[in-house]
Amino acid sequence: MDFRDSPSEAAFRAEVRAWLGDHLTGDFAALGSGGGPADETGWDVRLEWERLLGRDRWVGVSWPLEYGGRGAGVAQQIVFNEEYARANAPARISFFGEGLFAPTLIQFGTDEQKQRFLPKIQAVEELWCQGFSEPNAGSDLANVQTRAALDGDEWVITGQKVWTTLAHRADWCFVVCRTDPESTSHHGLSYLLCPMHQDGVEVRPLRQLTGSSEFNEVFFDSARTAKENVLGPVGEGWKVAMATLGFERGTAFLSQQLAFEHELAHLIDVAKKNGARDDVAVRDELAGSYARLQVMRYNGLRMLTNLVQRGSLGPEASVGKLFWTTWHRDFGETAMKVLGTDALQILDDRNGAYDLDELHQTFMASRAETIYAGSSEIQRNIIGERVLGLPREPR
Amino acid sequence: MNFAFSEEQEELRRTVRQFLEAKSPETEVRRLMETTEGYDPAVWKQMGQELGLQSLAIPEEYGGQGFTFIELGIVLEEMGRLLLCAPYYASVVLAANAILNVGTDDQKRDLLPGIASGDTIATLAFTEPSGKWDATGIAMEATEGEGGRFSLSGEKMFVLDGFTADLIVVVARLAGTSGTDGISFFTVRGDADGLTRTSLSTMDMTRKQAKLEFSNVEALPLGSTEDGFAAFSKTLDQAAVALANEMMGGAQFVLDMSVQYAKDRVQFGRPIGSFQAIKHKCADMLLEVESGKSAAYYASWAAAEDNEEVPVVAALSKAYCSEAYFHAAAENIQIHGGIGFTWEHPAHLYFKRAKSSEIFLGDPTYHRELLAQRIGI
Repeated sequence: MDFRDSPSEAAFRAEVRAWLGDHLTGDFAALGSGGGPADETGWDVRLEWERLLGRDRWVGVSWPLEYGGRGAGVAQQIVFNEEYARANAPARISFFGEGLFAPTLIQFGTDEQKQRFLPKIQAVEELWCQGFSEPNAGSDLANVQTRAALDGDEWVITGQKVWTTLAHRADWCFVVCRTDPESTSHHGLSYLLCPMHQDGVEVRPLRQLTGSSEFNEVFFDSARTAKENVLGPVGEGWKVAMATLGFERGTAFLSQQLAFEHELAHLIDVAKKNGARDDVAVRDELAGSYARLQVMRYNGLRMLTNLVQRGSLGPEASVGKLFWTTWHRDFGETAMKVLGTDALQILDDRNGAYDLDELHQTFMASRAETIYAGSSEIQRNIIGERVLGLPREPR
Repeated sequence: MNFAFSEEQEELRRTVRQFLEAKSPETEVRRLMETTEGYDPAVWKQMGQELGLQSLAIPEEYGGQGFTFIELGIVLEEMGRLLLCAPYYASVVLAANAILNVGTDDQKRDLLPGIASGDTIATLAFTEPSGKWDATGIAMEATEGEGGRFSLSGEKMFVLDGFTADLIVVVARLAGTSGTDGISFFTVRGDADGLTRTSLSTMDMTRKQAKLEFSNVEALPLGSTEDGFAAFSKTLDQAAVALANEMMGGAQFVLDMSVQYAKDRVQFGRPIGSFQAIKHKCADMLLEVESGKSAAYYASWAAAEDNEEVPVVAALSKAYCSEAYFHAAAENIQIHGGIGFTWEHPAHLYFKRAKSSEIFLGDPTYHRELLAQRIGI
């Protein structure tokens, strides 16, 4: 047990810090770390920044060298994320491509597929979105009804996806389809890769309770993609999709805690300025929030050690997902308590735009986090059944 | 960066677990909790002579083996798991660390080898009837007499194993001081003249507490008598880290108990663990127990390093682990239903230990306030 940097970790940390010091300037530095992977705040600046990261191979640090990555191990990834957060660098926008799709592609893709897609993700030339949920396949994801069938050298996809984050920004979608029309449940599904810019794909924004519209409905009406754009074997898309969800619940969010540090520091600052910190109940909540955030970090470090030793994250990733989403939701409520009556007013609603300041944004947006990537109830089922070995509910 | 126990540390855990499963089964816990002394001298002796548990984390120059707080945490976690009835925490955690933090080299050479061998049972007396856990609660005054000797008068409460201890480390203040000033440590023999010891009827019967009344008791200063506040704070932080580890052993045990019962108990024709109402309770317990362990282990590492993170980590792990343990122990009763409410079932032993540990050294609200101050809120 030792939480200090090894010499190679220290050297890597110095390299990351130096790069950020040289490049995180001007508009990039001014943006701060606000927003998140599912948020369009400062989009154009973030896109430019992300391309700069990609140019110098800071997108895909964990990828193998042969695909342009740095082959960074888990410890180096933590170091990178720590330094990135410490520098208050902009929220990443390649979450769905770099964070979810790329690791799935590396695990299941052919060499041709990796050569085709990874460089474009790294260069931030192609953005991805995630086509999983449907109107009747939410928590019951295996009830996917979007269909795909081969027509010559192409798949033809028809169906509807929903809650598709940033679909309107995406160039490609990884979409779970039923390719065996006779199948039910998690059998007969395939994980297809479909270009978004075509007549058969229509994206309709969904306005969320935050007032903004990062989520979408995506309608596939005979959308087409090449026959080779299937990840993993035809009919075994469930397994591939579960791997993506594993990354979504696990590694993709390991750096989350670091961004939260900034949010909490900001809230404590607000509490000092408006005097809320003198309220005993508020102090208790702020300190409790701090305590649980540190525990989140220790959990993350412990999970990573398991990851290094075993090579993959198991169902315990659900513990991490349940923890951070609950923490962030509670933090949002603490933020409203700190604001007191100031919470009654949002940043600016005079032009009808319903613009949210950072704290209201967290208070509201965190309500999605306990739902997406498997609701808290689904995570508790996974923990109960797959970690603790409790019997499944009869279905 | 590595959050794993070494093979040697895992081996230590296995050895201690095996020993305690043999020596501290529930029947023994129930037998000992009904006694005034609250421990089995033969088992205590074996712990010292055969396993070297008392000497484990005491430096080699003072008769110990020189292992770190991480190993100590492992041992405590195993003891908490089976509610070992023994003055280990009082002697090896509270008293030994106080002596290490404040004693002179000669005093350490004099006092620690006995604690390390188990021949001396020591404890730390600090809290008073006011029930405060920090320096503001120290009202007992030490009056200097002839030849560097001091005299203590006053009352100490909730002194762990205070009724049986051979050596009592007392935290008092120099006459005329207040607040954090004048905090000093003294040693008193358990059988000293003027000392009246009363065993308390404790909610948690598995850990004994005493009231100690001092009436002009002659005491030897431990270390410098001028400024013991820093050493007192450090001792309390170490005590909090140690207790957090001990608590997580109990918390894991009640979780295991609940999960097993949820698999075995059938109602409405199905194991109750197949109902989400029960399954989700267990899932929440797991999340909190695992998180508490992460906090406790990290805190052990910080304490082993004796680094600047300790004050913050101690306060937050005591707060978090206390709540995690009590929640798990309470849910364990609920999941067991009626049987969990009986005296015969062990659930109440953990429930009471959890609440008692939560309050000891200050409750979660107290520790969060401490944390708030330490992080500058």
